[in-house]
Amino acid sequence: MASEAMVRGGPTRKIKYGSISRDRAWALRWSYFFLVLFAIFFLLPPIYMFITSLKTSAEISAATNPWWVNEPTLSNYIELLTSNQFLTFFWNSAMVSVLVVIITMLISVPAAFALSRMRFWGSATLATGVFLTYLIPDTLLFIPLFKMFSVLNDWTGIQLLNRWYVLLVVYPTLTVPFCTWIMIGYFASIPKELDEAALIDGATWMQTLTLIFIPVALPGLIAATIFAFTVSWAQFLYPLAFTTSIDQLVLPVGIITSLIKGDVFNWGQIMTGALLGAAPPLIIYAFLMDYYIAGLTAGATKG
Amino acid sequence: MADAALQRQAAATVQAGRRSSLKRVLGRKSTVAFFMTLPLILLVALLILYPAFYSLHLATLNKSMQRFIGLGNFEFLFKRETFWMVVQQSCIFAITAVVFKALIGFIVAHFVHNVPLKGQRKWRGMLLVPWVIPPAMSTLAWLWLFDPSYSAFNWVLAKFGIGPIPWTGDAYWARFSVILVNVWYGAPFFMIMYLAALKSVPEQLYEAAAIDGANWFQRLWYVTLPMMRNIIAITVLFSLIVTFANFDIVRVLTAGGPVDKTHIFATWAFRIGIEGGDIPLGASVSLFMVPILAIAAIFILRDITRRGSEV
Repeated sequence: MASEAMVRGGPTRKIKYGSISRDRAWALRWSYFFLVLFAIFFLLPPIYMFITSLKTSAEISAATNPWWVNEPTLSNYIELLTSNQFLTFFWNSAMVSVLVVIITMLISVPAAFALSRMRFWGSATLATGVFLTYLIPDTLLFIPLFKMFSVLNDWTGIQLLNRWYVLLVVYPTLTVPFCTWIMIGYFASIPKELDEAALIDGATWMQTLTLIFIPVALPGLIAATIFAFTVSWAQFLYPLAFTTSIDQLVLPVGIITSLIKGDVFNWGQIMTGALLGAAPPLIIYAFLMDYYIAGLTAGATKG
Repeated sequence: MADAALQRQAAATVQAGRRSSLKRVLGRKSTVAFFMTLPLILLVALLILYPAFYSLHLATLNKSMQRFIGLGNFEFLFKRETFWMVVQQSCIFAITAVVFKALIGFIVAHFVHNVPLKGQRKWRGMLLVPWVIPPAMSTLAWLWLFDPSYSAFNWVLAKFGIGPIPWTGDAYWARFSVILVNVWYGAPFFMIMYLAALKSVPEQLYEAAAIDGANWFQRLWYVTLPMMRNIIAITVLFSLIVTFANFDIVRVLTAGGPVDKTHIFATWAFRIGIEGGDIPLGASVSLFMVPILAIAAIFILRDITRRGSEV
């Protein structure tokens, strides 16, 4: 009876069908609406950085519409990119980040290979332990490290504090555990037959690593490299605590300590500096987004 | 097992020559493995584990670091009102920020998941930008947006007749501001994680639920959330650690002010230990981050071993 009514009620069924697709259409429209809202929220600060970076300090202090540039100028960029100080910061940052990436890879790739393929006594514990050390934050370690470096200076005369290369010593503590962890994941996904074949053909372990594993796990290697680079480029606490002389500073600390002087905030230049400081990670992200995201999600999904 | 078989094979290939090669291969393998992991072990031991325990030792010394005073630093801290304020603020900061990050990440992930596949890449790319910019740099932009006299937000609000908001001047607004910036920075990370998790939920489950007449809330509650439970737990745990130990945002935005009202453990430890020169007291303050880390570590470890046994 009821089912008869249902069967005969062709129109009702049709309307119901239409309402589902109409629901979908509305859901899509609402999705776009909210996505635009969230995109505005997420992109507002970088956009505002860009707007301010194009203004002269006269225009900024005149308090005109903050969201619009009346007389766009590149003078802030020209001034910063020709200032020796800013170029020193940039050069320090670039040097530290590149060297840290190299150090990180030299430590973590062989270690990940050994931990994932050459089972030895305690290797599983070590792998888990490496991951746990990743959870120890820099904010817990900077005070003991500071003291350790000053004691080291007293004992051996090796000056680490207030030298840019102190960062080469401490940054790997942030990058190596995570990079090792994601490389273990990538190496573990390589079929065992591949390295067995290599070993049967008489390859040494080192050859297996450099000729088989590194080429096959290249996407993972790129993701780990990006991670190490962005972490060292963005790190703020260690350079702030360990370096003070103006010629030893890296970019984030340099901008904050040198451009903000007392009560005089030259916001046009600060925003330009911040934007230029954000540029390298943003450019890497723009070109290698998939690798970047793979590295980001590897930690949680592969673990 | 495969390794053992392999060694036998490898040994068999060279068997014709020397008999002792099996022993040599075995010896070589573990030696090679040891030397490959040695730099890692040294790094972790010298620069992570040793300092962690060294800070325990430091925390028991007096300011000039010449005399052992036991728990004196902690006694001193417990008597100070600022310390309890920092504890309270750290907890409020971390918990509120993580809850909102997770919520916003979850919601935005759904919106991105809803739009047609070929547009998703573009949206995802755009929405992850806050996570990519170094936090010290992006917080400068927020500092400028919150500027007391030139705030771009207040300029917009003034158009609607809403009075100037003291974003970083007033204690409560300053607390709100640091949380807002932290949510802005961290929500994209959750979005990426949850988007990946959403994609891994089999479509058949939703079809089955739809046939059974489930509405959108029931689909969310009975299908999506149970499927995403693991990833939600692990991201929240991770984020809790990172947010609890946050430094950059609070340091740049308020430097702990006004009147120490926005200090969290890390920024206060920096103020006391590095800027104030009282290394033992700073070390004791930063040690208060350990309990939450330990709890999180236990949960994460449990998760790892469970997943390990599943495989």
